[in-house]
Amino acid sequence: MAEEMRQLIPRAKQMLRGFFARIPSELRKIIPQIIAIILAFLVGAIVLQVTGYSPLEAYSALITGAFGDVFGIGQTFTQATPIIFTALAFLFAFKSGLFNIGAEGQLLVGGFAAALVGISFAGLPTLIHVPMALLAGAFTGGLWGFIPAILKIKLGAHEVITTMMLSYVAFYVTGYMVNYPYKAPGWVSQTVPIAPSAELPRILQPTQLSASIFIAVILVVLTYYTLQKTTLGYEVRAIGLNPAAAESGGINIKRGMILALVISGAMAGLGGAGEILGVHRRFIEGFSPGYGWDGLAVALVGGLNPVGVLIAAVLFGALRSGGMVMTRVTRVPLDIVSILQALVILFVAAPMLIKYLLRKGGIKWSSS
Amino acid sequence: MTSAVEMKGISKAFYDVVANDKIDLVVDKAEIHGLLGENGAGKTVLMSILYGLYRPDEGQIFINGKEVKIDSPSAAIKLGVGMVHQHFMLVPSLTVAENIVLGREPTKGKLLLDMKQIMNEVKDFCERSNLDVDLKTPTYTLSVGVQQRVEILKVLYRGADILVLDEPTSVLTPQEAEGLFKAMRALKEQAKTVIFISHKLREVLAICDRITVLRRGKVVGTVQACETDLDELAKMMVGRQVVSTFKKKQVEKKEVVLKVENLKAINDRGLPALKEVTFDVFSFEILGVAGVEGNGQTELAETLTGLRKPAGGKVLLGNVDITRASPAERIGLGISNVPEDRHNRGLILDFSVMENLILGSQDKPEFTTGRARLDFKKASDYTEKLVTDFSIKAPTKDTLVRNMSGGTQQKVIVAREFSRKPKLIIASQPTRGLDVGATEYVRKKLVEMRDQGCAILLISADLDEICALSDRIVVIYEGKIVATKCPEETSEQEIGLLMTGGKHG
Repeated sequence: MAEEMRQLIPRAKQMLRGFFARIPSELRKIIPQIIAIILAFLVGAIVLQVTGYSPLEAYSALITGAFGDVFGIGQTFTQATPIIFTALAFLFAFKSGLFNIGAEGQLLVGGFAAALVGISFAGLPTLIHVPMALLAGAFTGGLWGFIPAILKIKLGAHEVITTMMLSYVAFYVTGYMVNYPYKAPGWVSQTVPIAPSAELPRILQPTQLSASIFIAVILVVLTYYTLQKTTLGYEVRAIGLNPAAAESGGINIKRGMILALVISGAMAGLGGAGEILGVHRRFIEGFSPGYGWDGLAVALVGGLNPVGVLIAAVLFGALRSGGMVMTRVTRVPLDIVSILQALVILFVAAPMLIKYLLRKGGIKWSSS
Repeated sequence: MTSAVEMKGISKAFYDVVANDKIDLVVDKAEIHGLLGENGAGKTVLMSILYGLYRPDEGQIFINGKEVKIDSPSAAIKLGVGMVHQHFMLVPSLTVAENIVLGREPTKGKLLLDMKQIMNEVKDFCERSNLDVDLKTPTYTLSVGVQQRVEILKVLYRGADILVLDEPTSVLTPQEAEGLFKAMRALKEQAKTVIFISHKLREVLAICDRITVLRRGKVVGTVQACETDLDELAKMMVGRQVVSTFKKKQVEKKEVVLKVENLKAINDRGLPALKEVTFDVFSFEILGVAGVEGNGQTELAETLTGLRKPAGGKVLLGNVDITRASPAERIGLGISNVPEDRHNRGLILDFSVMENLILGSQDKPEFTTGRARLDFKKASDYTEKLVTDFSIKAPTKDTLVRNMSGGTQQKVIVAREFSRKPKLIIASQPTRGLDVGATEYVRKKLVEMRDQGCAILLISADLDEICALSDRIVVIYEGKIVATKCPEETSEQEIGLLMTGGKHG
């Protein structure tokens, strides 16, 4: 028996190797991410088992909940949409070597600005009103990125601190706005609804999925294109990889950093605007359960690649939407979703572990 | 007589690259044995095997006639093998004596350092070794040459009889190198064996008893130093005749290209690094800046390329005042830059060859369509042309520069900078760390650019290089130009003396 087992291992390794060899090199880059996800689910299964739930039941409920019917799919993509924006925001700044961890705040101010425009100019044609509100969101988010950029360049303040602090500012300022000056009648901390002319259409009734998902997908393509095919993207990447060489190569690194943070903030702001105009149709305090922070995680899980971000965001959206179904059907607490998310991030952040596992399996995996 | 070290049939491969291929090396007792070869020839790998840092794939090692297995540096030290690396491993804030005993300090009752015992022991030891250092000074105040001596003492203190020195002169001035050679001879007299790794022919010839030449992981041969000469060694090392002198075109009409007047600059620590430096560089001229590193050369190059703001003075390119111009503006005006720190300033290692070759031109019409789009067709054609023109060894245009050899990386910089039709080239330590072939190539290109009318400011710590290439030489010492010389009217000795502030010309 033991002898047989021992013979099995090299054969399994060989099969694995053959399997990996057939994967195209572009896809091979995301192998660690896929392994991380599988590991997370395995460890999650142990947690479920130990706490007295059936992993199989829980996971099947999770998956059918997220993808089993039109409603589930709609919810999955609804949840994924804002995370795509915030993940792209993190990614873009990251490519220039900056850690914008303030996407949450940029999303909030963007959402609020969009709500204001949506409320104010009632009667405008939709074709003008919607873009105007979206632009207002992007602009305000961009402004929220511009402030830390200027603080960094003029005063040397680290963007990790300033973007995070500005998130709190955004949280409390928007909170104040919807509790006092712009509070709608009633006991909920929210604004009055936006004008119908500013609404982004829902595309999969009865779910809340809105046209914002199209903007998100366009932004994925645009981000990829900008980074890879334009002078701006080239400069941003050069600054991120080696600012000293970029500088001596004649790239204006201050200008590049400002642009990167402004664009980053604008992306998050646009995401916030999409949520308000498409999903909530008014600014509600606490409408974001932490999309900004999820964005950071999704950017990493997505391998800091725009297309990877899209896939990872759908995964996180599925965890959120499927998790709710799972809780309802199997009484497994929703917290398991947070555990799974945390595990995915943990395993993605531990590439050495995964490289080690791959090497043990005899697979050469060349990557950055 | 048994030999001190005998390595037999040593092979070592890293993945598919064979670094050592059945190498035989015999080093006699009390011999200074040179290990000569280009970068990548396998010298350091072979010595790392002897020092236990790598394990050979096959082959045997004998120390004093006995076969040994060396699987770690501590095993090597036990066998009396010590190695001084290119990068020193001293604790800057500790004194010389403390550094020497570090790791095996005499103690009182295991807990307290016995400082008196340390001083006595080390003093005694230094006297016996004939290596003179002030034991109580903190090491960070010492010059590089003295720090190196401390490293050697440290290794000897651990009981080494066989001393491996890895490219020890690459960081030294001619005077310091002379001091090192004296120390090596003293060690020899005490019956110590020294293995001297180098790619500098002149030195190996001057100091060694016998020389083993490696090329591409194989032994080319072992020769007696007294029976060979520079040309033969160079040929063994490179596999062909090497050009060491350059013929330059004689030009009568030269114009001032760069005019530097009373230039002042502050270094990163806020101290004056350039003190009113004044000089001109003409077209059809290579102006060599000789000096011990850290005398303001870095700041000079940075100020001229726009990376450092001058604290005073004026810089003119032709008739244009560029004192305050940005790096991009200077590139536009025709200044090319080969930076001394090629990994940090010169290249983006995680960019491809192509991406590195267009750095600085990424926003120029040559490589863009519309206003903001990069034109990959043009960039790719350009890359192909440069890769051919400069014979850059790159598998594809998308190969990351990180995965290339040092010489190829420098070629990428040279190709980029020289292809911009510059009026002025600022080349800082352009051949540092390059092998003979790549060095020769870069020097040839510099002369070619000069002959086409380019003004070249050559900043180098390598005196051979300065003397071989320059039309005029200025010596920089403590941020000042202390002398201007013509190479025909001076000697390396004189320049060396000026570089260390020994004499004012």
